[in-house]
Amino acid sequence: MSDPVLSVKDLKTHFFTRAGVVKAVDGISFDLAEGEIMGLVGESGSGKTVTGFSLLGLVDAPGRIVSGSVKLKGTELTTLSAAELRSLRGHDISMIFQDPIATLNPMLTIGQQMRMAIDAHERLGARAAEARAAELLTQVGIPSAKERLRAYPHEFSGGMRQRVAIAIALLHRPAVIVADEPTTALDVSIQAQILFQMRDLARETGTAMVWISHDLAVVSSLASKLAVMYAGRIVEQGPTATLLRDPRHPYTAGLIASLPAMAAPGTPLTQIPGTTPSLLSLPEGCPFAPRCDRATDTCKTDPDMTHQDNRGWRCFHPVTRTAEVPA
Amino acid sequence: MLGFIIQRFLQAVVVMAVMSVIVFCGVYAIGNPIDIVIPPEATQEIREAAIRRLGLDLPLYKQYFIFMGNLLQGDLGRSFVYNVPVLELIGGRLPATLELVLISVISATVLGVSLGVYAGYRPESWISKTIMGVSVLGFSVPSFWVGLILILFFAVHLGWLPAGGRGETVEIWGVAWSFPTLDGLSHIVLPAVNLALFKLAMMIRLARAGTREIMLTDTIKFARAAGISEGTILRRHLLKLISIPILTVFGLELGSTLAFAVVTETIFSWPGVGKLIIDSIGVLDRPVMVAYLILVAFLFVTINFVIDLVFALIDPRVRQGATS
Repeated sequence: MSDPVLSVKDLKTHFFTRAGVVKAVDGISFDLAEGEIMGLVGESGSGKTVTGFSLLGLVDAPGRIVSGSVKLKGTELTTLSAAELRSLRGHDISMIFQDPIATLNPMLTIGQQMRMAIDAHERLGARAAEARAAELLTQVGIPSAKERLRAYPHEFSGGMRQRVAIAIALLHRPAVIVADEPTTALDVSIQAQILFQMRDLARETGTAMVWISHDLAVVSSLASKLAVMYAGRIVEQGPTATLLRDPRHPYTAGLIASLPAMAAPGTPLTQIPGTTPSLLSLPEGCPFAPRCDRATDTCKTDPDMTHQDNRGWRCFHPVTRTAEVPA
Repeated sequence: MLGFIIQRFLQAVVVMAVMSVIVFCGVYAIGNPIDIVIPPEATQEIREAAIRRLGLDLPLYKQYFIFMGNLLQGDLGRSFVYNVPVLELIGGRLPATLELVLISVISATVLGVSLGVYAGYRPESWISKTIMGVSVLGFSVPSFWVGLILILFFAVHLGWLPAGGRGETVEIWGVAWSFPTLDGLSHIVLPAVNLALFKLAMMIRLARAGTREIMLTDTIKFARAAGISEGTILRRHLLKLISIPILTVFGLELGSTLAFAVVTETIFSWPGVGKLIIDSIGVLDRPVMVAYLILVAFLFVTINFVIDLVFALIDPRVRQGATS
């Protein structure tokens, strides 16, 4: 296998608040190969988004990366200066956000905003910049792109705005895109369109993606591998198909079981009991133990990642396949 | 857009008409100018002749219609006291107020927005904390007291700047202005600072609040994620996004300061309209009061109208709302 484009090792991002230290990301590691899409799945507050921001060095105070390493095409990002980081952002690694209505500036035209993103990394003449912007808009599926450059965000639908955001993220052909639930705010039909378009774009351009989502169903149709986050850590990771078919961590198993598609029509949906713990008062040992029906006294200590083949999990009492998964 | 302008214009006409009635009745209620204008030892005949000459024998509504009729022909009447056309009287004083107010409001806005954006951008730094601390003073210390202290310190104690008056003036388009001369400018400094302090504090607070709010939005995060530099983000995203409330307050402040710079003008004996109106109220010079108040209403309406147009110019959503 070739060198990964993105390699994260034991990354820790903590927030130093008045109430205490919030370990939003607490030692996560993963590798991403060229053109690969990884789904980063977890409930709200599990640290997915903070992980995304950490990769781009965009963590706001009072948070900061306290330790670990993020290597992008061999360059260590955590030790770069602010200016060096800025020159990489948007050029080698970019990010798309959840709400396209909030990301674009309502007072600037699409063309002006794309031009700013181009100017941040390249000196292009007005004509060349416009051609590049129009080309990208066409690529993400916006018709009559040249005219649309003069339009303002409010003249676009939500889905179209998200396409514009994607076009901006793709402007400089970054090696990695972090996509933070970019389809959550959209209609289901638009969601599917954008998902598959992104997958095709990743394939064509060789862009790797970290696809952050709370929706296992969405991610599994897109990502070739998954990482499941819980309370700031990755509790299980591996190829999508393997993880879905044969989850080891009880939390992953719970997530899969609670997918609506997994329940027979008319029967109640399965739930994981309890709620995500507050990151300020995590239990001793395995943070999932209080919600886990397999927990024992051993779980009072913290489990390490157990590796097997190309997958890994963090549990003393992994689930083993017993019954067939209902169709 | 044209529809928007016409609609706004009609609104302005209605506001002005209503204002004229209120002003006219209000001024009528303050007191009878006869007692002040005509010497008490005058005979009954002279008294009645004067009352008739000034049109004060007519019922209020007739006085009003005569006044409005003249107003529409551009005649605001003659001052009872100075016996010159009111327009001339106010016109001669207005440039002084205009230059003082414009200099103070514009510099308060430019400086206030810069300091406020800084304080909002780096809320934790000690410079920001100092800015915010000092801005509290701008709010809480009464303006007349600051004026006196400014005179005491810079004019009396240090002797750097003159204590009052307008200084040397230059005629431009037949109007006397002090700002182009060094002497005139030195006379403007203290009253302008005095007028600006409160506005400065308000602009700082407004810009800081806007900056703090906008800097946390996804728009800024997304711009940063695209690698856009902080300077460009502040200039092109932030300033535009915080401009609407700032422009609104700028317009209101400009109008109210033009109308009511009285305290500062009095302290620094600045020969502007503020001093004129106070003097006129003292002697119940009705035509001056009415004309002045109507002029103030006109200024407010015009400033708001211009500000609305500027909104439409910078915010495409307003522009489209206005067209549709």
